[in-house]
Amino acid sequence: MERSFEKYFRQNRLPHLWCPGCGNGIVMKAIVQAIEKKGLDQDKTVIVSGIGCSSRASGYMDFDTLHTAHGRAIPFATGIKLANPELNVIVITGDGDCTAIGGNHFIHGCRRNVDLTVVLFNNSIYGMTGGQASPMTPTHKKATTAPYGAIDRNFDACRLAEAAGATYVARSTAFHVQHLTDMIAGGIDNKGFSFIEAICQCPTSFGRKNKMADPAKMMMWMRDNAVMKAAWDKLPDDKKTEEKFPIGLFYNESETDYATAYNEVIQIAGGADK
Amino acid sequence: MNSEITIKLPRCKGCGICVAFCPKQVLAVDELGKVMVVNADACIACGQCELRCPDYAIFVDKKVKA
Repeated sequence: MERSFEKYFRQNRLPHLWCPGCGNGIVMKAIVQAIEKKGLDQDKTVIVSGIGCSSRASGYMDFDTLHTAHGRAIPFATGIKLANPELNVIVITGDGDCTAIGGNHFIHGCRRNVDLTVVLFNNSIYGMTGGQASPMTPTHKKATTAPYGAIDRNFDACRLAEAAGATYVARSTAFHVQHLTDMIAGGIDNKGFSFIEAICQCPTSFGRKNKMADPAKMMMWMRDNAVMKAAWDKLPDDKKTEEKFPIGLFYNESETDYATAYNEVIQIAGGADK
Repeated sequence: MNSEITIKLPRCKGCGICVAFCPKQVLAVDELGKVMVVNADACIACGQCELRCPDYAIFVDKKVKA
């Protein structure tokens, strides 16, 4: 039986160009399922993406889509949201795109609390350009630019988003598909800057360098090392090893969003309609 | 057999995720690198393969009894 989420894909573009076993496809499905769950109008939803493997997703999704400059997806999305606040704007970005090239745009998007839903596909590597270490490559993991293991400490994008002022911060993985869908759906519900980090596997660039070339093994790694937030909080510190990470909803607060604040200014200044 | 497995073969890239997560060893990857059903009777229609297929190539439905 044909699945209902298929209507959100540009059928003539599939199969997608991602490598066999790439987690991006799973996360893209989770996004469209969250959109379907929330009943968003296909003509009132805009997908904005930057550059990178993850950002190719906008090309496969049957909405109004925008494939923008490297790291600049959030500024483009801010413009769309301010020009027409009734649109639902979803930003698709990768770990390099969001935290390296677009790092400043990301923190200022959080700070302004623009009503966007940002889904970060974290595959821990620059996949498209040949497996260079990104700011989210875990310390000691190998990459083509870090053959002895990365010495840099990696970003925790969720903590970064929370500190910068995002009002909805969550993390999930490509293994926990239904959980990921729920997290994205929650982000769509939140009026303000919603940030969801989706950990996904890159068997080709990250896996082969780190003895996990089998995509199923990478997903089993997620299954074994992801700890739900509630359980994580009770976990004693000695059990919080380097590999383990928490998933779930980390932060949710309601604050005035940017479009509302801007509209107040428009009214004070005489109103756009007069 | 209680389930109906639909495979969209042109989409399959043979990554083996469905094979690894199938609890009943229903699936395998053939010599051309595409998924195939090897033990259809064992399928319990749990949908683990469909859930995690990154290429939307496999679909499992519970068979409706006529």
